[in-house]
Amino acid sequence: MNDGQKLDSGITVLIWLVSIALVVLPLSMLWDVVREGLPHLSFNFIVDQPLDAGRSGGVGSLLISTFWILGVCLLTTIPIGLGCALYLSEFVIPHSQSEKLLGFSLDVLAGVPSIVFGLFGYAVFAIQLGLGFSILSGGLSLACMVLPLFIRTAEQALRTCPKGYRQAAIALNISHAGFISRILLPSASGGIAVAMIISIGRALAETAVLIFTAGYVTRMPGSVMDSGRSLSVHIYDLSMNVPGGQSNAAATALILVMMIVLINVLARYLSRRWQHVE
Amino acid sequence: MKAFMNVLKRKQPMNSELTTAFQIETGSSTEAFAKKEQSLEDKSRQKPLSAPGLTLKKVNVRYGDTNAIEGACLDIPSGSITALVGPSGCGKSSLLASISRMTDLTPQCQVSGEIFLGKDNILAKGTDLNRLRRRVGMVFQSPNPFPMSIEENIRFPLRDHGMRDESVIRKTIKNVLGDVGLWDEVKDRLGQSALALSGGQQQRLCIARCLALDPEVLLFDEPCSALDPLSSAKVETLIKGLKSRYTVLLVTHNLAQARRIADHVAVCWVQAGCGCIIESGDTRSIFERPVHPITQAFCQGLQG
Repeated sequence: MNDGQKLDSGITVLIWLVSIALVVLPLSMLWDVVREGLPHLSFNFIVDQPLDAGRSGGVGSLLISTFWILGVCLLTTIPIGLGCALYLSEFVIPHSQSEKLLGFSLDVLAGVPSIVFGLFGYAVFAIQLGLGFSILSGGLSLACMVLPLFIRTAEQALRTCPKGYRQAAIALNISHAGFISRILLPSASGGIAVAMIISIGRALAETAVLIFTAGYVTRMPGSVMDSGRSLSVHIYDLSMNVPGGQSNAAATALILVMMIVLINVLARYLSRRWQHVE
Repeated sequence: MKAFMNVLKRKQPMNSELTTAFQIETGSSTEAFAKKEQSLEDKSRQKPLSAPGLTLKKVNVRYGDTNAIEGACLDIPSGSITALVGPSGCGKSSLLASISRMTDLTPQCQVSGEIFLGKDNILAKGTDLNRLRRRVGMVFQSPNPFPMSIEENIRFPLRDHGMRDESVIRKTIKNVLGDVGLWDEVKDRLGQSALALSGGQQQRLCIARCLALDPEVLLFDEPCSALDPLSSAKVETLIKGLKSRYTVLLVTHNLAQARRIADHVAVCWVQAGCGCIIESGDTRSIFERPVHPITQAFCQGLQG
């Protein structure tokens, strides 16, 4: 074996090690969560209210709060985000000032630490707009955080629309609205679904934004104006502030992971069906 | 270069009342536009020739600092097929795209000169592009049906243009699919995705989609170059059958194809780094008695 071949096989081994590490890392994290959390997971844990600061009882009300926060977040993100992504991919003049300005703002927003969004949400939604510690404040602040991510991913999806469709639509004198609604959005639906999944994943995992805005009341929320604790905040609180909360934190984390996997599968299935119908 | 421009002026050997060969130079236009009183409903099959011819006068297409084609002059008579032939990069596709102003979509692309569609200079400022693209249909090199069902590919453009009467739409779908010889092949699976069709069928569907909107001029940009020989032959026959109702301009790499189906041929070439039309005329004279030495070499397969 000459030197070059030795180098080749050395690098091959290195690349294999890195790939294995990349597979092992998430698996070991998952294993950790499953090992600690699975014994505590039961149907009652999912539906019961938390008791004794979460040491006993379940996460029923927190699941509901989480869904409400997520709902507010998505209802805000999707129309604004899709509108902005369409503007960027369809309407803005390439290399114009407005494109540069918009791109710059999005990049800055995407780079802002989540705690800053938390403080911003607290100052604007909770105090200035008088929404207080509420699911509404939390969902809106979360929307601010995931918007740049959603917009950039959705924009990429819209840009993958085959050039032939656009050419044909223009040559056939199809209206811009017709092109967008019947050709562009359906052909990008898979990518837009992916943008939603990524945004949901990011929103579900977020803690810092919500502590300052949605609060950490564990009661079942009655309306979007109530404070509500999300699963991620619950995990944070149990593991940081509540001695003896470790196992329930792991069980809650397991639920969170399962939710993200489920949403992922569902969104993929839906986007495939949507494309099939069109 | 201009000395070689043998601008086509020969009158169509056709039924005189159908002749619309537009001769702007002499000012004695013999246009006899059959009035378009017919609605979309019964336009298929029996549509009399109402298409105007095209006249290109000193058309330049530039991309930034490079000239794609310069000083192109050409008469494209109605009711016949005119083929633009020539090697790659001689600007023939750019010239074709400028007729439906698709060139507007390319930033930095500038078209100057005059292109008359009937009496209208379509390069003039204030040209209604929507109206222009309704009058000029375009078929592209690779088939590009929309990702929808076969019938939706025709229904969607019709509805987008404001057609609401479902019975008329159905009739149009049947007529245009019949026109392109697809009806018998797909009548039982109109609801299936158009992307499941073969390449040749997709291309014919694209042509049908164009016809449904009742254009006057049809532009084909190398419509067979992405197809296998059998599909290609079908599309050729189809294009040949369309000339009685439309003004047809065809860009092709394939000299044999031009010879088979075109009535008139314009030869493009690259001279001094820029495309131009070096010779044009009726197909037989271009192939049998070419004037320009490059045309002679090109058409006899010695060059290009």
